[in-house]
Amino acid sequence: MSDTVSKAGSDVRGSEAPRVVESKHEGHSWTGEAPLFIYAVWYLAFLYIPVLFLPLFSFNDSIYVAFPLKGFTLQWYADMLENPALLRALENSVKVGAAVAIASTILGIFAAKAMTRYRLPGKGPLTSFIMLPLVVPGIILGIALLVISNTVGVDLSLYTIAMAHTLVAVPFAMLVLMSRLEGFDKSLEEASLDLGENAFQTFLRVTLPLAWPGILASTLLTFTISFDEFILAFFLAGNEVTLPIYIWSQLRFPNRLPMVLSLGACILVASFFIVTFSEVIRRRGVGTQSGSAI
Amino acid sequence: MAREDYISIRNTSKHFGSVKAVDDISFNIRQGEFFSLLGASGCGKTTLLRMLAGFEQPTLGNIYIDGQPQAGVPPHQRPVNMVFQSYAIFPHLNVHKNIAYGMRKSGLSKAEVDKQVDEMLELIKLPGYGKRGAHQLSGGQRQRIALARALIKRPKVLLLDEPLGALDKKLREQMQLELRALQRDVGITFVFVTHDQEEAMTMSDRIAVMSMGKVLQIDSPTSLYEIPRVKEVADFIGTINFFEGEIKGKEGEATVVETQGLGKVHSTASGAEAPTSGKITVALRPEKFNISFQQPNVQTNVVEGVLQAAAYLGDRSHYYVKINGREAPVAVASQNAQRQMQAVDADKHEKVWLTWDEDSALLLKG
Repeated sequence: MSDTVSKAGSDVRGSEAPRVVESKHEGHSWTGEAPLFIYAVWYLAFLYIPVLFLPLFSFNDSIYVAFPLKGFTLQWYADMLENPALLRALENSVKVGAAVAIASTILGIFAAKAMTRYRLPGKGPLTSFIMLPLVVPGIILGIALLVISNTVGVDLSLYTIAMAHTLVAVPFAMLVLMSRLEGFDKSLEEASLDLGENAFQTFLRVTLPLAWPGILASTLLTFTISFDEFILAFFLAGNEVTLPIYIWSQLRFPNRLPMVLSLGACILVASFFIVTFSEVIRRRGVGTQSGSAI
Repeated sequence: MAREDYISIRNTSKHFGSVKAVDDISFNIRQGEFFSLLGASGCGKTTLLRMLAGFEQPTLGNIYIDGQPQAGVPPHQRPVNMVFQSYAIFPHLNVHKNIAYGMRKSGLSKAEVDKQVDEMLELIKLPGYGKRGAHQLSGGQRQRIALARALIKRPKVLLLDEPLGALDKKLREQMQLELRALQRDVGITFVFVTHDQEEAMTMSDRIAVMSMGKVLQIDSPTSLYEIPRVKEVADFIGTINFFEGEIKGKEGEATVVETQGLGKVHSTASGAEAPTSGKITVALRPEKFNISFQQPNVQTNVVEGVLQAAAYLGDRSHYYVKINGREAPVAVASQNAQRQMQAVDADKHEKVWLTWDEDSALLLKG
């Protein structure tokens, strides 16, 4: 642009023209994008400000969750760390979450492999059946599983919670892994078979290395699903409770509320890092994949 | 001594539901041969190749490789290797590890495998490329590495699924010659799938032309072009003009056919299995015609027409000649052996005469 301006330097209209274009562009961006921007700000505020009250009040030196703020304290965090019942519930949740993440990701990858790689009779109905727990209301599923546990005579424990969570987590694992497996060339696995590796070795040497961003994403996702699931855990918990049930039980005591808020703040920060990490991994995976496809 | 039935495909069919992708095919492939499966997409050539590799099991029949029946033998236990259409270079491994992928169970030491990989890189003219990542390679390089990865296994048969399809024209022509030279070098039997007839003609010892799950004809490139057995083959390989007609009898050596368009045609063309009476099709390739702008001094195998279109292509010219009794103009190709200083003006619709040899007029069924 500077070229044309200097060339047309003596011409008055020539030097005016670019300014006109610029102001026109500004006007366009104001009428076109500003309302969208305002909408986006409101949207995010609506979504996150209530959540941000958690960390805010967790540092407030008062047992009442109300404005005005009284002062800064770390008391509630200290309370939290000194509460054995809470730590026990946290430990239980992590155990259940880890078991669910591993079990549902393993089940998910085999299901995803079958769905994307083989000609299966009745593939459609089969997929629907696996996806069914997604649409069955949690409370119905909870009652059904409770009835079954009683009928079969299984004692309620963390195991029953883990099994119920696996049931609802497998569809998510399968969806994440199917999209990953569909993303890479089927003939890579055929090439491995052709070069002398059997199906299992091919799975280890080709499928797993190529699917690992999906596997990691599935592990983190299913862990999160189990970690904050309440209804099924509520129905199927025995003596040991998971964190959401513990939190629920503490809401009866008003003086424990600030501690619950500080716990919530910790979970919030942890989830933020987990989600960011899994997204970074997923993008890196996509990057190497598209690079290889050229 | 090269075996005639190194690969033996016997009454083999493959059905996908009600679709017969491969329909009762039987033929043999010789040891050390460059053999092509040629046909339009959906003709069953890739399915046949995948049955040789073991990725598909025949619905009926069996396939023998070096005398061994292959029914139920999984891909990883077959003495064949494949170069895939997409090359299937493992994106998470570098070039060296890609080529060495199939050598894990060879029983060779790491040093020995490394040496063989380096030899392979020499063979495919990419020395020093071992450390390159899979995503740093061009299409032609990927194709060569896919080839090296298969050849290092020293397979009895190398299967190639349209490996040149993704390359640009110049590179493709270069790779055709290289691939042919490489095959002579290593002496391995190649089975090559392509829909490109020129590619098949350039490289193959023999070609099987396939259509609708059937093999129409298996022959050398020359025979396929000069002695097609059926109309489909004549039509698929190169360009050809068909004239419907009826056999009128014999005149000496020649069979006389009364045709629509060419009048009485005398043919001594041998090879084709055509009936000796009744309805028949006379087939003539464009370059078998002689075109002249003066009436030639011959009595048989001549027809008069009007020049409708002409295309000058440098080394040769194409003419389209309208003749009585035939809807479509006749395609004629003529070598420009002498310099043509003046373009032929087809708009004048000049009178021309076409002549042809008795030996060039093929007689085909139907």
